[in-house]
Amino acid sequence: MKAIVNVFLKAGVLDSQGKAVHHALDSLHFDRVKDVRVGKQIVLQLDENNKEKAMAYVTKMCEELLANTVIEDYTIELV
Amino acid sequence: MKVSILQFPGTNCEFDTQYAFEKLGCDTEIVWHKTESFPSDTDLLVVAGGFSYGDYLRSGAIAKFSPIMKAVVGYAKSGGKVLGICNGFQVLTEARLLPGALKRNEGLHFISKHHHLRVENSDNIFLKKLNKGDIVNIPIAHHDGNYYINKEGLKELETNSQILLRYTDKDGKIENPNGSVESIAGVCNKEKNVFGLMPHPERAMEAVLGSADGIAMLKGFLES
Repeated sequence: MKAIVNVFLKAGVLDSQGKAVHHALDSLHFDRVKDVRVGKQIVLQLDENNKEKAMAYVTKMCEELLANTVIEDYTIELV
Repeated sequence: MKVSILQFPGTNCEFDTQYAFEKLGCDTEIVWHKTESFPSDTDLLVVAGGFSYGDYLRSGAIAKFSPIMKAVVGYAKSGGKVLGICNGFQVLTEARLLPGALKRNEGLHFISKHHHLRVENSDNIFLKKLNKGDIVNIPIAHHDGNYYINKEGLKELETNSQILLRYTDKDGKIENPNGSVESIAGVCNKEKNVFGLMPHPERAMEAVLGSADGIAMLKGFLES
């Protein structure tokens, strides 16, 4: 099973990179962009076929290492 | 006095830190992160600056799982004195020994220059040689120095006098180089035995090299 983890700064924590990209898009005349957030994606190949177990396993990884929950939120997608 | 200095792959300030504390008359030892303990007669443990693990994932995120860190956490929890400088500060926040987190600088640039700092609290073993309101001139060199803490956390820092230093100009007026919340450059834990700051006092030990203000800062650890 594959797990796709997306990590983004929490809403309310200023995302300087997102802001810089937004400015750059503005200057390229992409003027219908309301907000930009830059994050990172971590793709994990798991030796686990049980969805529930995989979710618990990856959640633990996120809490311990993949995200810093002081400033970041994460989402997990299993495929 | 014995100062143990941690070294991870990518650490690059361990020898400057060693020089600084030896100049102050301390015995020093550099401790490789793969070992599980450091000298038992350690009076101060320093997590030195640099780029542990290449800053991969997040600055300090991988270093916190190095074998030596269990001993560091145990030492800190039992009241041992710990100082994290720059990347060391990042490691200590990642290990939750200090509150908050360090984000990418607001302007997205790596900043390397001398910066003035204002002492916010000196009723602690680190800054006791200085007075509240004193201005020091100390180099900063970081990409991820943008200190973040939420509103409740900030209130707690203020209530417990945990804010050590703020970035200012030479007259003590706030001048924020990296977007840090409230221009914060360094904090300590509630118990006041774990200290972290982004600026490098160990690089300000010789007037001929620009500033010797780091001496008064690091000296605080000597008499306690």
